[in-house]
Amino acid sequence: MSTASVPLPNWITYGLMPLLNLLVAFFISGLVVWWIGEDPLAALKLLIEGSLGRGDAIGFTLFYATSFIFTGLSVAVAFHAGLFNIGSEGQAYLGGLGAALVALALDRYVPWYVTMPFAVIGAALFGAAWAFIPAWLQAKRGSHVVITTIMFNFIGAALMVYLLVNVLIVPGKMAPETRTFLPGGQLPKLDWLMAWFGLKLGPAPFNVSFLIALVMAFLVWVLIWRTKLGYEMRTLGISPSAAIYAGIPYGRTVIIAMLISGGLAGMMALNPVMGASARLQVEFVGGAGFVGIAVSLMGRSHPLGIVLAALLFGILYQGGADLSFEMPNITREMIVVIQGLVILFAGALEYMFRPAMVHLYQRLKRA
Amino acid sequence: MEFYDIVVSILGSTIRLSIPLLFTALAGLFTERAGVFDIGLEGKMLAAAFASACVAYVTGNAWLGLLGGIGVSILFSLIHGFASITNRGNQIVSGVALNFVAAGLTVVLGQAWFGQGGRTPQISGEARFSPITLPFVDAMRDVPFIGPLYVHVISGNNILTYLAFLAVPITWWVLFRTRFGLRLRAVGENPGAVDTAGISVTWLRYRAVIVAGFLCGFSGAYLSIAQSAAFIKDMSAGKGYIALAALIFAKWKPVPVMFACLLFGFLDAFANFMQGKAVPGIGEVPVQIFQALPYILTCILLAGFIGVAHPPKAGGVPYTKER
Repeated sequence: MSTASVPLPNWITYGLMPLLNLLVAFFISGLVVWWIGEDPLAALKLLIEGSLGRGDAIGFTLFYATSFIFTGLSVAVAFHAGLFNIGSEGQAYLGGLGAALVALALDRYVPWYVTMPFAVIGAALFGAAWAFIPAWLQAKRGSHVVITTIMFNFIGAALMVYLLVNVLIVPGKMAPETRTFLPGGQLPKLDWLMAWFGLKLGPAPFNVSFLIALVMAFLVWVLIWRTKLGYEMRTLGISPSAAIYAGIPYGRTVIIAMLISGGLAGMMALNPVMGASARLQVEFVGGAGFVGIAVSLMGRSHPLGIVLAALLFGILYQGGADLSFEMPNITREMIVVIQGLVILFAGALEYMFRPAMVHLYQRLKRA
Repeated sequence: MEFYDIVVSILGSTIRLSIPLLFTALAGLFTERAGVFDIGLEGKMLAAAFASACVAYVTGNAWLGLLGGIGVSILFSLIHGFASITNRGNQIVSGVALNFVAAGLTVVLGQAWFGQGGRTPQISGEARFSPITLPFVDAMRDVPFIGPLYVHVISGNNILTYLAFLAVPITWWVLFRTRFGLRLRAVGENPGAVDTAGISVTWLRYRAVIVAGFLCGFSGAYLSIAQSAAFIKDMSAGKGYIALAALIFAKWKPVPVMFACLLFGFLDAFANFMQGKAVPGIGEVPVQIFQALPYILTCILLAGFIGVAHPPKAGGVPYTKER
């Protein structure tokens, strides 16, 4: 008998099964660590200490998490509309250009809190613009958005390297990066927030964009579950034919969903560009766009889940970096393996345990 | 004559840069024609490159290295199949996941085993596929026009290069002249009809992804033990995605796939040649334009401005036998 149609209570579907998938992913990661001759439990202990043990460690963890909240939200918004946006990486890269141009233009004249709203808009606009062509191609020409966004990641990377090497570079310098922004173009650190908890931020670049990320998470929740547009997007995501039959304009909804998705990805750039390095650098995104896929899948495309999943990946990124110092045998790329396994088990194999769960649940109910 | 020498040298590197694309694009052709999207080509190529280099280094035999690469690549294919065929998971998510696993695992294992920052040790001699000199090279050398072409483009490649070009007609024959090929294409267009005819959709699609794994094994081995002499971190460098672009650009047909791969290989070779050189009247053309051109061309094609690309109808949709 097919088990697909048997309903399961929400706590199993949204609680137990994701948790189980996550545990399997971590278990296999542990096996890899054991395979290369290290102690998985000792590694786990180092990882947690390295990400949550000190004030600056927590600061770095939250710094990474901030980027992942943005990209996770970006992937999730498109996902609700039935679109798989693999292009968050490229959209974030272009978003950095928008943020940097605003910072370079304004940092001499105004304090940071005046620059910030313009930078948010600039980053979002550039990110959205980079999502527009794939969105338009999907809506009007039927080209698959997955393929076009992959292509646009590469086109974006080439464009940004060109701009940084030939246009934005400081004359006479070798490094392909813009000049350092003055304080008017930087986002201040959140040491006061850490001080509330009696923690010292130290050198960690945990900054105001974290608060922007939380606001965006709330706004995405409002958009998806409390507005007409969000309703239309979800309908389109569940059944495009039903959506069209109900009079929801397909093309317009696809394009708007992708623009919002691209805008959220673009805002991710605020965190590293204006919050940490205070300049635009080559490859500053560093894979955060792809982590967004894992975060969104793990968080089941719900903003709350995304914030939690982003924190987990922040822990992995910061803890993994620390771990590679303590255990040189385990390189930073271990995080990439874990990330891949999480995407595999929480995403592609999300229903692997469902038949077993159904049998178990039915037996429990009968007992 | 100097101009002709340059042309010959660019054509030579075009061939060398096209081969990994060709194997990988043919691999994608098999899965996508069977209705399974494969974003994981990149990862399979990378994993195969690593496995080939490791096995070739340990055994000192290039063919065993190739076999190791094929084995690992097929293993990745089977995971992709398990997730997207058996468990009916999202094929794109599965492919993305495998790309990450490959990108991470090759470096983690490489560092743990060899301690060279994710590289494998240098491979030489029998452990590599060396260039083959075809007969009559010395006699042909002085023949005008055809001579240099024969000596530098057609001869002097390694065995995998010739196998890649051989794989094109074989792929065509398998897909369009055998019963397996007919069923494979049918399962990508209308799996329900195939199922009604009493043929297992699952087993057909598994065979398609296994063939893809087999071919990606060749492209990986080409990267690490034919073109280079070691595995280097992230050495596939997006070639899997360019191959995917070539596959789409060729509208999912074997012979056009070869020409698309040669075109993208040529763009790459031409970009290398143009680096730092000025074009009269324009000045130095940024190398990034050539890097982005395969992707831009594919997007223009997808937009329907260069003919219309019809993907297999059932692509990306898991098959549910009954409700």
